[in-house]
Amino acid sequence: MSSADWKNYKPVLIPEIKDLHKIDVYEKNGGYEALKQVLTDKKKFDGPKSVIDEVKAANIRGRGGAGFNAGLKWSFMPPADGGPRYLACNGDESEPGTFKDRKIFEYNPHIFIEGALIAAYAMQITSIYVYIRGEYIDYVKMMEKAVQDAYDKGYIGKDILGSGFNVEFHVTYGAGAYICGEETSMLESIEGKRGYPRVKPPFPAQKGLWGRPTTINNIETLSCVPLVIKNGASWFSEIGAKNHPGPILYGISGHVNRPGVYELPSGVPVHDLINEVAGGMRNGKKLKAIIPGGSSTPVLRADQLEGVSMDSDSLREAGSMLGTAGLVVMDEDTDMVDVLWRIAHFYHHESCGQCTPCRDGTGWLEKILLKIKNGDGEVKDLDLLLDITTQMEGRTICALADAAAWPVRHTITRFRDEFEARCKKSVHAMA
Amino acid sequence: MAYEFTKEDLEQIEKIKAKFPEVKPATLPVLWVAQNRFGHVEPEVQRLVAETLGLPEAHVHGVATFYTQYYKEKMGKYVLDVCTCLSCQLCGGYDILHHIEDKLGIKAGETTEDGMFSVQQVECLGACGYAPMLQVTNGKYVNHLTKEKVDNLIKALKEGKEPDYEQMEMPLRKV
Ligand SMILES: Cc1cc2nc3c(=O)[nH]c(=O)nc-3n(C[C@H](O)[C@H](O)[C@H](O)COP(=O)(O)O)c2cc1C
Ligand code: SF4
Repeated sequence: MSSADWKNYKPVLIPEIKDLHKIDVYEKNGGYEALKQVLTDKKKFDGPKSVIDEVKAANIRGRGGAGFNAGLKWSFMPPADGGPRYLACNGDESEPGTFKDRKIFEYNPHIFIEGALIAAYAMQITSIYVYIRGEYIDYVKMMEKAVQDAYDKGYIGKDILGSGFNVEFHVTYGAGAYICGEETSMLESIEGKRGYPRVKPPFPAQKGLWGRPTTINNIETLSCVPLVIKNGASWFSEIGAKNHPGPILYGISGHVNRPGVYELPSGVPVHDLINEVAGGMRNGKKLKAIIPGGSSTPVLRADQLEGVSMDSDSLREAGSMLGTAGLVVMDEDTDMVDVLWRIAHFYHHESCGQCTPCRDGTGWLEKILLKIKNGDGEVKDLDLLLDITTQMEGRTICALADAAAWPVRHTITRFRDEFEARCKKSVHAMA
Repeated sequence: MAYEFTKEDLEQIEKIKAKFPEVKPATLPVLWVAQNRFGHVEPEVQRLVAETLGLPEAHVHGVATFYTQYYKEKMGKYVLDVCTCLSCQLCGGYDILHHIEDKLGIKAGETTEDGMFSVQQVECLGACGYAPMLQVTNGKYVNHLTKEKVDNLIKALKEGKEPDYEQMEMPLRKV
């Protein structure tokens, strides 16, 4: 299935089956077959390593934003030593523009549970925790029910399907903190603490939850796993974009006629997503800019989008990133100064405050942008902002500081005229 | 006022503790049990959580103050968390916030005198495609807000009618 042929794509992550969230319906449609194959079909899968190899070959790139090959990440787990090992599933979903994992919780929770169980077998994990953002309390309840149903059917627990494999599965949730989506902050939060990201190394594969080997994956990433097991790595890697293959849950929001979450192959052209999938621009307005994959991914002007598609290579060439594939669409009336100030406010509010460049840097970014927004800015403030971003990047414990710096740098650079015009209108214009 | 957990709460707390290899991880979920019971987690409630779990009060306080969804003081009966973050901002989230402020005669961060409503401005709630939107007291999401929809919501809440779960379909999914 090529990206260009997206019109003929049939959803596989969230297929069009009524009541699929019910375990009986999921089973009737081939659900938990992949888990059975992995645990009991010794001809097809000869032990955990063969599962990791298959997933690695499929090249499922992490859907949490960083795009790391899931199978490769799994292979970093140290050999099992008989002690506890953990899988922490990241359902924190808090990056502005991102609202896709909730569709899996609602419409196909068992594909995620099955994927997590297969991951657990492959890495000889003893306990799985899924961490869902606290605001998603309705989805927490849906997941609690789905997990209980899977326990009752014997897919979770002791001696699963007579294979001798044991694993626990727990649903946990947060209480409002974007930073808890950062993987080590999430581990702290699961451990019952303030969500301060940890200094790395040691990496979670060495010392994760309670000091034990732990792997962290996004919900959508894990949901791809049963598809790979059932259909094979090459089937998966032939869907969509070559270097970032597979189905993608695109979350489209902003000034389009039909916002929402759409499952399509990776690599759909940005113009197709806006004009055909999402029904075009609202009120017949012209496109001004997009943010392709959540608020931290650099903004692209409409004139930078010719031939650009939602795949990591294409977006990198254009000067941005795929991130979470949460596409935010902005029309010609959008005030980029307001938008950037609001993004800066978000990151300042969410900085955990451990690192000075992040705590102070996000504060300054917001403050100076507010000044410009309020009409008190000076042109030299723009260079000050750019200077602050360079002092934030790559100097902190976690990537929140980078996530805060990128949009500022790129929005100012790409909309310099608009920012300068706002500054020149102010009373300080000559300064 | 002395706060106490009910028998059911204590049973629930035992179940929570069984999920983890030690006690500390029960902090967040038990703060939730407390907030669901008392409506907030004031310092007195934090003390109860600490005592129930046998953890230092400073630890529980540290956790309660890190996470925005825990109410560290008494709030209105209904808390309206209005999202004004990126996609909601683009789709009129601030107009909705200001409409609510005008209608209730309070500013974000305040509670009406009759104790019915608190209004807060919040960061992205993960409903970007359904902007502008708000969440009612850490519970239901109310999506695709218009001034009229807000008016109806406030009227219904005054009558004690809380909103239902709104299923937001995937537009191309035909089932
Ligand atoms: C500030 C920050 C916030 C993050 N928020 C999330 C999130 O909400 N959900 C998520 O899956 N990953 C989030 N991530 C990425 C995680 O740290 C981690 O890379 C990811 O969960 C790994 O899963 P994957 O490899 O399957 O994508 C965030 C990272 C940072 C730096
Ligand atoms: S970069 Fe920011 S959010 Fe991350 S640990 Fe440092 S202060 Fe906290």
